[in-house]
Amino acid sequence: MPIVPLSDAIRELVHDGDTVALEGFTHLIPHAAGHEIIRQGRRDLTLIRMTPDVVYDQMIGMGCARKLVFSWGGNPGVGSLHRLRDAVENGWPGPLELEEHSHAGMAAAWSAGASNLPFGVLRGYEGGDLPARTRVARITCPFTGEELAAVPSHRPDVGIVHSQRADRHGNVQLWGILGVQKECLLASARSIVTVEEIIDELTPVAGAIVLPAWVVGAVCVVPRGAHPSYAHGYYDRDNDFYLAWDAISRDRDAFRAWMDEHVLAAVPA
Amino acid sequence: MTYTADEVMAVEAARRIGDGAVCFVGIGLPSLAANLARRTHAPNSVLVYESGTIGAKPYELPLSIGDGELAETADAVVTVPEMFAYWLQGGRIDVGFLGAAQIDRHGNLNSTVIGDYDRPAVRLPGGGGAPEIALGVRDVFVMLRHSRRAFVEKLDFTTSLGDRVRVVVTDLGVLEPRDGELALTQLHPGVDPEQACEATGWDLRLASDVRETDPPSDEELCALRSLRTKGDA
Repeated sequence: MPIVPLSDAIRELVHDGDTVALEGFTHLIPHAAGHEIIRQGRRDLTLIRMTPDVVYDQMIGMGCARKLVFSWGGNPGVGSLHRLRDAVENGWPGPLELEEHSHAGMAAAWSAGASNLPFGVLRGYEGGDLPARTRVARITCPFTGEELAAVPSHRPDVGIVHSQRADRHGNVQLWGILGVQKECLLASARSIVTVEEIIDELTPVAGAIVLPAWVVGAVCVVPRGAHPSYAHGYYDRDNDFYLAWDAISRDRDAFRAWMDEHVLAAVPA
Repeated sequence: MTYTADEVMAVEAARRIGDGAVCFVGIGLPSLAANLARRTHAPNSVLVYESGTIGAKPYELPLSIGDGELAETADAVVTVPEMFAYWLQGGRIDVGFLGAAQIDRHGNLNSTVIGDYDRPAVRLPGGGGAPEIALGVRDVFVMLRHSRRAFVEKLDFTTSLGDRVRVVVTDLGVLEPRDGELALTQLHPGVDPEQACEATGWDLRLASDVRETDPPSDEELCALRSLRTKGDA
């Protein structure tokens, strides 16, 4: 799929009922893509993400999600995600099923998904109440006899990430905190990458990785498409917005009014 | 110099970080404590943030574990799967800091829910890295403000296990494992034992050698206050 408008990519690739992952570990979170999913009114999504933050709070509050698979759901450095809490505690705007893991388990599930394996293996999920509340099994190492944890791999229908830039062929380059961007893209049946800009030739950048065009689905040019998250080398994390979101999201009406003005009434990228 | 309860917590936790220690750091008080240690007695300590930054040396304290400055100042930036598999599970981290909503007398922590899991009164963010940090590092340091809501007889949910909890630094004093459970071993200046017992939801044992925390020195407080958090006015 060539370089296309974001609205076209979401319309073609994201369907009601899909399992969708918009990944990003604080950095490069695909906010603009989440907003387009909200505008197009997708429903019954199973959302996967290690650290659901503001954009998942918005998608949950706008009724896009049926289930959330995650390991830490908060507003980093600020506090709760109030729309996530309202959905779990009060079923508003609808009930939200949770499948909860640890970071180590989610990371292993992403690596396994990218590797086309059915499960990931780790030393974890030992004791405590989490194992009884999630999908994990104990397996025995055939070589040493050690007991380990197995978690089912993540294989989303659609993986969506943001990156700094791509060339005209659709090769994608990203750097800074890399999170699970590569794993998310490789584990997914279909994928969308939003980028800050298209350039003629990808020049080397310290610490950068490249995702070749032939493993990338749609590439969409969305400048500031990660805001209020950030794109290393382009713009900083908007910490003031993360702080402000606490008050906006606390109240259902204030939340809806904010979404109406800043997302639903906005022009698609 | 006068100081706040949070400052004495950060100073006392920082003092326990040995020079050269590799520390897995979360945001908030742990980040403050680890950065203070690095700028005072432990210049060779290594700060590892779970976003994948190893050896971060931020000028300003980050608001989130993934702020860009952490990557810019790090010795190495690795992916999240690599962080948890090669570095944490690989046994390369000495000290892990954890916070929580609740702690019990064995150092088990709850950061998942208050109330019943299926119908929680408060849905908390969840365990994140805690379950594997708790069993994957050599020493777990807990930082938690002292109250009966937090220091409970029974956790609503056990998110991580207390097997490797070596110290709990609170705003009133310090708890350390003695004879199978956490006992009070230090009181911060001006705090009496009754205050700590009153703020603990179980029958808190006092160690036989309870001592007073050394007050934060001017040097420690100056270094601490030079660390400003992004987003602060």
